[in-house]
Amino acid sequence: MRSASSTRSRWGLRALGLGYLTLLLLAPLVAIFYKTFEHGLAPPLDAITSPDGLHALKLSLLMVAIAVPLNTIFGVGCALLLVRHKWKGNAVIDAVINLPFAISPVVIGLSLFLLYGTKGWLGPTLAENGIEILFSVPGMVLASIFVSVPFVVRETVPVLQEIGTEQEQAASTLGANAWQTFRRITLPSIRWGVAYGVVLSTARVLGEFGAVSIVSGSRSGETETLPLFVKKAFDNFEFPAAYGASVLLAVLALSTLLAMNVLKRKEDA
Amino acid sequence: MEAHAADRPVSSRAGIRLPGFGTGLGRGTVVLYLSLIVLLPLAALVDQSLEGGLSTFWTQVTSPQALASLKLTVVCSLIVVVINAFFGTIIAWLLVRDQFPGKSVVNAVIDLPFALPTIVASLVLIELYGAHSPFGIDIALTRAAIVVALLFVTLPFVVRAVQPLLIEMDREMEEAAASLGASGFTIFRRIIFPNLLPGLAAGVALAFARALGEYGSVLLFAGGLPNTQVSSVFIASQIENGQNTGAAAVSVVLLLAAMVMLGLITLIQRWSSKHERSPGAGAGGLTVMPMSGEDYTEKGEDDEVR
Repeated sequence: MRSASSTRSRWGLRALGLGYLTLLLLAPLVAIFYKTFEHGLAPPLDAITSPDGLHALKLSLLMVAIAVPLNTIFGVGCALLLVRHKWKGNAVIDAVINLPFAISPVVIGLSLFLLYGTKGWLGPTLAENGIEILFSVPGMVLASIFVSVPFVVRETVPVLQEIGTEQEQAASTLGANAWQTFRRITLPSIRWGVAYGVVLSTARVLGEFGAVSIVSGSRSGETETLPLFVKKAFDNFEFPAAYGASVLLAVLALSTLLAMNVLKRKEDA
Repeated sequence: MEAHAADRPVSSRAGIRLPGFGTGLGRGTVVLYLSLIVLLPLAALVDQSLEGGLSTFWTQVTSPQALASLKLTVVCSLIVVVINAFFGTIIAWLLVRDQFPGKSVVNAVIDLPFALPTIVASLVLIELYGAHSPFGIDIALTRAAIVVALLFVTLPFVVRAVQPLLIEMDREMEEAAASLGASGFTIFRRIIFPNLLPGLAAGVALAFARALGEYGSVLLFAGGLPNTQVSSVFIASQIENGQNTGAAAVSVVLLLAAMVMLGLITLIQRWSSKHERSPGAGAGGLTVMPMSGEDYTEKGEDDEVR
């Protein structure tokens, strides 16, 4: 049924689309792996396992350990409110939740920098009480939370809409209290959606550069996450360290993609 | 089904309450969290930008350097979304309608720019298209580098926005057009393209918003040279020089642009769900968001069976 010209245009489209993907996505990825391990495993490995490298890795994991659970609890609660309880303010909440997607990371960093700075609204008061936010870990945590606010909410809302309320109502008719209904009925139905949001949040927090770089001061071994470590190593011409940390982050990114695919299948099943 | 669940009147008695605390308290907590984490810092930003009044704000935004950076950002972002719309549609079409070995891998890899830290993207692009390029293409520290970096980070937006619409599209229309003698291009122009338009528009708007604010991937690859300074890099350099008001003023412009883009996307989605071109697209806010957990390719095969 297909004519020769349509076969030809099909091959043309394939060449265009896949060629574009190869040049833009695949080739750069292959190049960084090749470049990193060009002289064997040792140079990048030594660089990452240096004290500064290890500290950066630990600090990145700390960001994840604080920001992701907070945003997960917030995300599930917020999604329940948005879907299950009609309220005039829901549209506003929904709009605010989308903001961190669209705002520049630099703008996020600057906002925190100004709020907690020496002349900011909160900076002086907190400083008097001995609490330092800027150029220390708390500021970086706040930046990480800010950039990863939307993910769990956005992944949970559609799942909640899809499962409906019939089972929840049945449970409460049978005498289950709100917590029992949530734990036994709602949570098991939304868990893969939530897990998906958690994976996305983790990836975003691990990779965040702009916002964190502005509030951290980027001091090696103190306030330096892995992406900041990459930047500094590159600026100092320490290429094995820059490439080594980059490959580590790239491997984490690829694991994210893998986790997403597994979760997609669980969600569909 | 989604509309059914959402339209059902949910009284506080029948609906599930948040465990442990009432709806009012839950709502208060959500509003407080968002205010502390998101709104308060943004308010401080707006306040700083207006420190010297509106006239100072205007002077800062229209200073030659700020204006040049804004212009460069907008022009590069526009170029990027046009290229993206073209290749994004082709890639989405390949992923939904075509069959080729490795398709599921390609489908998974589309989201890589989201998972890969932007600073790593910058480094990776330098390696391939910088001074030591294996292809002999050295565009590092030029304006072309800005465009390539933005193309990389915004790649998934259009693809993921167009894919679901392609899947849901009624193929009978195309077959009818083909049997009436329409050429492939005519079918695309008159039938496929109008059906894809809402997704394409939403994807382009989201890609544009992302491109306007992008920082990490541009930073190392394009550098902060005077002629390659996009707005986000300009803001960062202003902060380093202690020019907080100047940095805040340009930031507010970016913030407003981001809000306009989000508003536009909401409008597009509301419009498209009203016209029932894509039944699923209206529900749940920002559904054009890439990585939304839908396995588009497999659903596409189901459609073919039907």
